[in-house]
Amino acid sequence: MRIIVCLKQVPDPTSSSSGTTVDTEAKRVIVPQGTPPVMNPYDENALEAALLIKDAQGATITVISAGKNLAKPVLRKSIASGADELILLDDAAFENLDSYATAHLLAAVIKEIGEYDLILCGRQASDTDAGQVGSGIAAILKIPGITAACKVDPQNGKVMVERVVSDGIEEVESSMPALITVSSELGELRYPGVKEIMAAQRVPITVRKAQELGVDVSQMKKPNLVRLSSPPGRKAECQFIECETPEEAGTDLALKVKEAQIL
Amino acid sequence: MAEYKGVMTYCEIVEGSLPSITYEVLGCGRKLADELGQELCTVLVGSDAENLAQEAIACGVDKVYVVEDPLLKEYQTDAYVSVMEKIIGQVMPQVLIMGQTSVGRDLVPMLAFRLDTIATLDCVDLAIDPDSKQLLQTKPVYGGNALATYTCDSYPQIATVRDKVMSPSEPDASRQGEVIAIDAGLEPSVIRARLLKKIKDEEDGIKLEDAQVIVSGGRGIGGAEGFNQLQELAVLLNGAVGASRPPCDNRWLAPSRQVGITGKIVSPDVYIAIALSGSIQHLSGCGQSKSIIAINKDPEASIFKYADFGVVGDWKKVLPAFKDKLKELLP
Repeated sequence: MRIIVCLKQVPDPTSSSSGTTVDTEAKRVIVPQGTPPVMNPYDENALEAALLIKDAQGATITVISAGKNLAKPVLRKSIASGADELILLDDAAFENLDSYATAHLLAAVIKEIGEYDLILCGRQASDTDAGQVGSGIAAILKIPGITAACKVDPQNGKVMVERVVSDGIEEVESSMPALITVSSELGELRYPGVKEIMAAQRVPITVRKAQELGVDVSQMKKPNLVRLSSPPGRKAECQFIECETPEEAGTDLALKVKEAQIL
Repeated sequence: MAEYKGVMTYCEIVEGSLPSITYEVLGCGRKLADELGQELCTVLVGSDAENLAQEAIACGVDKVYVVEDPLLKEYQTDAYVSVMEKIIGQVMPQVLIMGQTSVGRDLVPMLAFRLDTIATLDCVDLAIDPDSKQLLQTKPVYGGNALATYTCDSYPQIATVRDKVMSPSEPDASRQGEVIAIDAGLEPSVIRARLLKKIKDEEDGIKLEDAQVIVSGGRGIGGAEGFNQLQELAVLLNGAVGASRPPCDNRWLAPSRQVGITGKIVSPDVYIAIALSGSIQHLSGCGQSKSIIAINKDPEASIFKYADFGVVGDWKKVLPAFKDKLKELLP
């Protein structure tokens, strides 16, 4: 079983969630200074899906990431967690790639790899929230694409997938190779041990540039960013209920919301 | 450039009828078609879609394309993408819009790449640029910390719209339109990923998206048992229970109970957020609530920035007292 996991490096969404500002002039989002780069949390779920398969039946896992000035120590965590190989497509040309270019770039590299049974991606990235790269790679490679998986189980040459939909769970069976996007319900990425983290330092990483890949992202179709603005915030002035004990606060809260005719 | 013209909407069908998001998509589609001075058409796909055609016409559609085939009974990516690719090839619309639903999220990216065009998902505003006549697609990025407006130069220009944002179309039965049947021409072999089974969550009581009161819990609830207490309050208030992402990821609650950018968009009269920090991703799903009441032991929790009433304290102590007093007060 050969599994490819596509992984994006993003500014840590937990620490960038407050304090992120918008430079409308330059049309750029400015995350607070010191926000560390991390692996996109949904891609971590995809890596965990691959690792669960490796645990159960053995697999070789290749992780691919594309971007500019990728943080090797951050992405090396994928090796420490149990991936076998890490390929970085690192080039100034790969800064802030949109979904269209990312899918075409990754698909080109995957085509070159040639042999694979599954491609796993996160359902979306925490910065752009586009949710298109996975399906895009599937469409370009002309393989089945299954989205929002919470369980991935290859058996007898097919893959059984449980996917999260708005009113429940769907069970889908697909031929392989297939591309599957993974949702957070699958489970968080395991924590590597100190021994694994140390061992991962010695695993060589393949770094590749735009020119040798023969992919010119500047020539690709792309969306035009016309405007970037701050969203209108919800305006609320919180009336805090302050009492001696939490029980009294609960009672008082009931009185206050009744009085305000909210309930 | 071949002639791409008109606005196409995809009419999602749920259990034989049109859900509210479909009315919103039709309302938005009509607005865009009027801005362009062009026709609005819609696509109804399913195994028994034709009887909804008149309803779509009443909602402002000029032409309804109906595709019926036993293979289209349930949504399956490969079958639906093939059908849409075929219809778009025939009709060549300038704009295609549909809802940001489980179907929209799955169908649109695959379709856009197959058509070699660019799509924008989860839009909160769509308009036609008066000069270029291009579709202006506005969507939240960075978890909702910024709003980005895009255009693209390739056709069709495809977008999905967020639930409960666009003004729904008001049906008018006197409207006239044309119904055109299209042969799906589907070979079963097109379907590579087959739907075997759908396991629906049990709906006990009011649906989350329809509830006027929602009692939502976060990571701080600590486990599935805690949600029983939230359920009691929800029953008392004739509402529904929701959650932020962590409780759903931990399966304390079904994934379909998630409110937020990767879950459901809700806009109840009252949203009661308990032990829930209020990440921007979660607020994207509940920020439109008329009133928000928050209970959280962390005074710095960002939910208080959005709440109308707040209690800083341990929910396990606050909630029972709140519930008991409400029982007394409510008729």
